[in-house]
Amino acid sequence: MADTPIIDIDPQTMSLLADSQMNLELDNGDMILNMGPQHPATHGTLRLVVRLDGERVLSADPIIGYMHRGYEKLTEYRTYPQITTLINRIDWLSSFANEVPFIHGAEKLMDVQAPDRAEYIRTILTELSRISTFLLFLGEMGLQVGAITPAFYGFRDREYVLNLIESATGGRFHPNFNRIGGLKDDLPWGWTGECKRVLDICAKSCDDFDRLVVGNEIFQQRTRGVGIITPEVGLSYGVSGSNIRASGVDWDLRRDGAPYLSYKDVDFKVWTHPDGDSFARYWVRLQETRESINIVRQLLDKMPSGPVMAKVPRIIKVPEGEVWVETENPLGQMGYYVVSKGSTGPFRTKIRTASFSNVSICPWLLQGIYVPDVVTVLASLYFILGDIDR
Amino acid sequence: MSSLIFAVDIGWGATTAIKTAIVLAIIPAGALILGYVFLLKMMSHMQSRLGPMDSGGFHGWFQLVGDGMKFLQKEDIMPEAADKRVFAMAPIVVLMSTFAVYVVIPVGPELYVRNLDVGIFYALAVSSLSVIGVLMAGWASSSKFALLGALRAAAQLIAYELPLLLAVVGVVMQAGTASMNGIVQAQVDGEIFGFGGIGLPFILTQFVGFALFMVASQAELTQPPFDMPVAESELVGGHMVEYTGFRFLFFFMGEFGTAFAFAAIAATLFLGGWTLPGLDMDAEYMKVVGPIVLFTKVMLIAFLMFWARFTYPRFREDQLQKLAWKFLIPLSVVNILVTGAFMVWV
Amino acid sequence: MAKMNFKLPGIIKGLSVTFRTMMQPTVTVQYPHEKEEVAPRTRGVIALKEENCTACMLCSRSCPDWCIYIEGHKTKAPPRREGGKERSVNILDRFDIDYGLCMYCGICVEVCPFDALFWSPEFEYSEFRIANLLHDKDKLGEWMETVPEVEPLESGAVQPKAKK
Repeated sequence: MADTPIIDIDPQTMSLLADSQMNLELDNGDMILNMGPQHPATHGTLRLVVRLDGERVLSADPIIGYMHRGYEKLTEYRTYPQITTLINRIDWLSSFANEVPFIHGAEKLMDVQAPDRAEYIRTILTELSRISTFLLFLGEMGLQVGAITPAFYGFRDREYVLNLIESATGGRFHPNFNRIGGLKDDLPWGWTGECKRVLDICAKSCDDFDRLVVGNEIFQQRTRGVGIITPEVGLSYGVSGSNIRASGVDWDLRRDGAPYLSYKDVDFKVWTHPDGDSFARYWVRLQETRESINIVRQLLDKMPSGPVMAKVPRIIKVPEGEVWVETENPLGQMGYYVVSKGSTGPFRTKIRTASFSNVSICPWLLQGIYVPDVVTVLASLYFILGDIDR
Repeated sequence: MSSLIFAVDIGWGATTAIKTAIVLAIIPAGALILGYVFLLKMMSHMQSRLGPMDSGGFHGWFQLVGDGMKFLQKEDIMPEAADKRVFAMAPIVVLMSTFAVYVVIPVGPELYVRNLDVGIFYALAVSSLSVIGVLMAGWASSSKFALLGALRAAAQLIAYELPLLLAVVGVVMQAGTASMNGIVQAQVDGEIFGFGGIGLPFILTQFVGFALFMVASQAELTQPPFDMPVAESELVGGHMVEYTGFRFLFFFMGEFGTAFAFAAIAATLFLGGWTLPGLDMDAEYMKVVGPIVLFTKVMLIAFLMFWARFTYPRFREDQLQKLAWKFLIPLSVVNILVTGAFMVWV
Repeated sequence: MAKMNFKLPGIIKGLSVTFRTMMQPTVTVQYPHEKEEVAPRTRGVIALKEENCTACMLCSRSCPDWCIYIEGHKTKAPPRREGGKERSVNILDRFDIDYGLCMYCGICVEVCPFDALFWSPEFEYSEFRIANLLHDKDKLGEWMETVPEVEPLESGAVQPKAKK
């Protein structure tokens, strides 16, 4: 395999070649395989044009944009409450976490501070959405590797968390709960007790995943040493979140970035793993789920009383200015750069999403590995197409 | 056999016709029962869900029959560049190899189709004919995915034939015969350290062989953790990807029919077949109780097979091949040596 | 390759998880024979209390999808006291919500200054024709019966002031 001359074809030509015929054989015996946009392994409409030599990948080019919805253009013509509704749908699995940086940006420009109780509830809901999206990841990565049962456990336990979010906000997937200055409503009666019960179920589910997937030797054989991201290369591509923590980089915006929400009031550990392979990424996310359960328990005990909305005018006009806010979302680092010219809606918003940078490492990462491992690596990077394409 | 049900002698032709009819009926029935109980209901409960509940009224028992009827009424599509005759023959080859295995499985005192002296050897040899069917299917489909899947499957099936056979050699050595009826007899007559009450089911002494047989048969059936040839999230079906309608039904029946057959072979070789420790082997009522006992044992073994199927992720083919060649085959050879040593010196 | 023999605990522990789950009752809710209780705050459908609505158009303007269609006209109402000026009131002619477009965001319910719109957890109103998803004034009024009572809030919250 080392003797095969690698002909460099640029991604444009590659995608045209792949368009002409689904599987194409080049003169030197390589094969161009078009994985996607409809494929069981890529989560959503990602197209991966892969050049194969037998079972080994010579080059892989991700082609994105099949789900582009024009978010940044949409924000130019909408008011702040309307945008809060729309940005729920960027990363639809952990939708509460998408609203938080935007609302924080607007609050900074208006120089309004949400009350303590509102920040606590925001933090709890963000961590709950992190738990729900990681439970889904723990299940579906098992599915991509071949075990069919963990996926069902992931969906089943996620339902409890979603029902909890629904009882507080009214929507399972798209809570639309943040407002500039606080939250729309307070928690219903009995929510704290129900939340503690659901956290116990989630903790037990994490133990189940530990036993069923992490401890399974077959899973370890499939994922150890597969798709290793070195810290320098990962940071140079902008990989963030659990992916870079699995390569040993000790960086978490909840602890290291500008303080936001109520993370300064809780003790939590940032988990890293030195290996940087797919197994490390799975393991780090499992530990982070447990850590999130821990954080929510601490917050529930410390919850202050008081109002959930600060005094803001009825029609909100945000004063002129620019602000950049970034947060540690479940998928990685998400940031909003909001430019306001004093009207009811922003002048321009730039949305920096985590999955866009996470997927950009694919050409480097997928070189030289086997076709089954492509699926494992894509599953372990955990990107959401709505997050890539916006 | 002819004096089994009727008190009169009905001649060779009618007997063969009845035997053929019974075997032809058992295979879909066995596949249906295994499929419903394990694939639909057991898998669902392991995944915290109910499975089919509505079709047929009571817990969805009609679901697979309905699926079969759905397959039968589909259009017969063949890829344009496919080799038509080979494409059509491939599922039939796979199904025929399944049918032929049932010839030697004893179901009761005189309930068998043929009592071959090389019974178990014949069964394993004939079941490996399905490799040819898989290769025919993959090549004739004229699709890259199908070819990749068929080559993976052929490599896997050939690699795991050896542990399958070598695991059985220990049993044959202990029984002293390769005939299936003889093996059942040996288990009934055997003694455990002089205590002859319950006979000697070979699972007690050949536990390594049993484990090897289960693993190898899991690989022969291309079930997870060995289902790389039909890896659904990558190749979407492997060698069966171009098949639809009743041809796919043949593949499906072949897979579950073979599962039933291998479970029956395992029950016969290791658990004592249609006998039970307390019951007298030659009694008349064993002609009815025997099949029921064998069926229960088949269900137990199938439970183990499907339990592993739903729990484990799949191996990559190079890991699969390493497992077979570097671990299972040496282990089975060691098993044979140890069995031989015990037989000589103990 | 890691050494593999058959009694390694990792593989067997995994089997115990699936076996235990098989023995426990399933979580399936057999819809439509059985139905689950949804939370009272669930955003199912929007109900209209017609007597409170003054056709101020705030909800229609703030909807991100522009799915609310309102038409109204002004008319004169008799004065409150004898000899006074006639008041002009808004009469609502048409208030349609197109649930084929609605995003269930709730901005209309929030901005309404006269408390004429309410959320209801009713969600079973699927239709065979998309045109039937346009609910008019009367149908929206019917949904008012399904609006739940205002529920108490969690301890530590500022309890809402009693309505006059």
